[in-house]
Amino acid sequence: MSQQAKIEIKNLNFFYNDHQVIKDVNMEVRANEIYALFGPANSGTTTLFRALNRLSDLDVGARMEGKILIDGKDIRSNDVNVTELRRRVGMIFEEPVTLPMSIFDNIAYGPRLSGIKDKDILAQKVENALRLSVLWDEVKDRLHSPALRLSGGQQQRLCIARILALEPDVILMDRPCAALDPISTYKIEESLVQLKERYTILIIPHNVQQAGRIADRVGFMLMGEMVEQGLTKDVFTNPKDQRTNDYITGRFG
Amino acid sequence: MKTTREKLLSLAFFLIALSTLSALAVITLFIFIEGVPVIGKVGFFNFIFGMKWAPSLGYFGIFPMIVGTVLVTLGAAVIGVPVALACSIFLTEFAPKRVRTLVRPAIQLLAGIPSVVYGFWGLTFIVPLIRTYLGGPGLSILAGSIILAIMILPTIISISEVSLLSLPSLYKQGSLALGATHWQTIHSVLIPAAKSGIMAAIILGIGRAIGETMAVIMVLGNAVAMPGSILDPARTLTTNIGIEMGYASGDHQQALFATGIVLLVIIMILNSAAQYIVRKR
Amino acid sequence: MKLINAKQSQMIAKTIIWITSIIVVSLLFVIIGYILFKGLPTLSWQFLTESPKSMGREGGILPTIISTLMVTAVAILVATPFGVGTAFYLTEFTRETKVTRIIRFSAESLAAIPSIVYGLFGFIFFVIYLKLGWSVLSGGLTMAVMILPTIIRTSEEAILSVPVKYREVSYSLGGTKWQTIVGAVLPSAFPGITTGIILGIGRCVAETAAVILTAGSALRMPDSLFSPARTMAVHFYILAREGISMERAYGTASLLILIILVINVGANMLVNKFVAKSR
Repeated sequence: MSQQAKIEIKNLNFFYNDHQVIKDVNMEVRANEIYALFGPANSGTTTLFRALNRLSDLDVGARMEGKILIDGKDIRSNDVNVTELRRRVGMIFEEPVTLPMSIFDNIAYGPRLSGIKDKDILAQKVENALRLSVLWDEVKDRLHSPALRLSGGQQQRLCIARILALEPDVILMDRPCAALDPISTYKIEESLVQLKERYTILIIPHNVQQAGRIADRVGFMLMGEMVEQGLTKDVFTNPKDQRTNDYITGRFG
Repeated sequence: MKTTREKLLSLAFFLIALSTLSALAVITLFIFIEGVPVIGKVGFFNFIFGMKWAPSLGYFGIFPMIVGTVLVTLGAAVIGVPVALACSIFLTEFAPKRVRTLVRPAIQLLAGIPSVVYGFWGLTFIVPLIRTYLGGPGLSILAGSIILAIMILPTIISISEVSLLSLPSLYKQGSLALGATHWQTIHSVLIPAAKSGIMAAIILGIGRAIGETMAVIMVLGNAVAMPGSILDPARTLTTNIGIEMGYASGDHQQALFATGIVLLVIIMILNSAAQYIVRKR
Repeated sequence: MKLINAKQSQMIAKTIIWITSIIVVSLLFVIIGYILFKGLPTLSWQFLTESPKSMGREGGILPTIISTLMVTAVAILVATPFGVGTAFYLTEFTRETKVTRIIRFSAESLAAIPSIVYGLFGFIFFVIYLKLGWSVLSGGLTMAVMILPTIIRTSEEAILSVPVKYREVSYSLGGTKWQTIVGAVLPSAFPGITTGIILGIGRCVAETAAVILTAGSALRMPDSLFSPARTMAVHFYILAREGISMERAYGTASLLILIILVINVGANMLVNKFVAKSR
């Protein structure tokens, strides 16, 4: 097992105009693990994710200092193709964003963007993606019906399938179960544990317990700073920083 | 870091968007180029304030037409604005949902009727009515005002409606909670709160009235003399152009373009005023 | 001491407002009804497919129908790419800067210019300066500028109502800007944009002042874009004003009204479908 980190973040500082959102963050994520980045609202977690797939390039006034390396390569160097990067680093948003088209077209959207037109190849990719996100059995008979008719949990798994169809390396999940009921949450968490064998998964959990349930390693961010990170059981049972302890035990939130 | 492809795309769309600006510039340019020389020849004050319009004799005073425009427009506003406001209030506050789904498209349809049809209808209905009951030839400023009032209703109603609907519902709820009746709420809270939007609507409606040609040609009577009362026939700046453009040439034609300049300037001022009011909100 | 109390003044106000609104809606029916009543009898298959005889005193209105179609087609084909493109530029490619404000101001101003001034412009620019003469092309291009603001406005509204998240999803799946516009934004904005185009068609069909000065009033079948043409609205105006044939005037007007009715109903149906789609 290679010790080189899949994702390395070095001295990251992030600004929106003059407002500093991320302060000197260093972070390491290993391949094929689930890393949970948790903290109270407005800690900079979403911003960090958006920096990882350079969706932050679209934000007005966004400015970054420091380095983000994926597989040892700086993602902001001139010879990195942004659209390629975004296919390798897929993102799931808090609310399932289903495009107004059929289930099939939603999942085929990504591959079509990269130029794949062959119907058989697309059908194969769609089926693979749906199997991996544990949605295939529920929708295989209605692939061409509107995706908006699916339930919330199914739509979120659709969004997961959508990025899996692009065969990414890294999956970013920003509070993916926040809008879902406990059963859907359970199904998704189950699928994540299986998915990590093929992908590296970063998740911003919507509560601390979710991090405890599924993450291998965790990082606690508070007001833009990385307070503490490490193996889940170490950080949760033996936190080195008082603030971590206070947050986990619920003294503040 | 944008790729060159993205930069080219941005540039292409930018150039397309410039079309609006260039269209406006070209229109203004050509109207001015055609019209300014004759203003120079006749003299600015003689043109604007001259009482006599007789192109074959070399007289290019457009003041009677300015008076005609002002009177017809004023009349249209006096009749049209209260009616339009009543309809806006009706649509936003009083009409049940089913009635609303019928009335709103009906008003939009009013906006789509060709102006020549309005003019013809005015000629057939309104003009004889005025002639019979109020005297005069019937072809009059009054007829023009009535027709124009109907024509500008959709403009004023739709924009006023938008202003009223965009008010926070708290205004209405707060007023009712203080014990005011529905009507009291409307006239002392909602309308003042939507004031700027309604004013912009009225200004735009007036702009439309000033710019209308075909309907007015058919009912105004087109006498070149200064009108004495609203029962007299008259000409407006627009109908003057509309009637004479067919056979004008030389200085005469240029004078009509000069009239166009006057119209452009008036409309630009009104338009900017309306936009300024809306932005100040 | 109040002469009437609040409840009574509300009664009075409500009554006046209801009556006014009923009068306004009735006006619509009176105007349209009168024209259709007098004109529908004239609308026969013959009337629609024959050419006019003796300057319109007899015969049909086929050339005017064709002229209207041609002028409208030119206007729509020219105005749509520029209008929709401008709308996309204002929404997808920039934030609110000085440039966008100027472009918006230009569009609003173009919308306010009186149609007779457009006629003057079309005459001096297309007919004379560009030497296109009185022609379908001159008329169509003038109308294109006239309907440009309408198409920009409705397209912009349609594009802005597409949720931001759709774009984000497209980008995060590795889409380029162009792919995102065409694949994620355009399909959702399409009904709204089409509504604007339909409204533009309505405007072209109804316009008289600008068309008569640019496409002319020659009453013959246009055989090319450079032929002069008389549209239905112009034909109606001339027939009515000169008193040539009241019967045919009403017939032409009725056809115009019917077309406008179909256009408005069509646009409304699209708007409803558009609203329903965005849930």
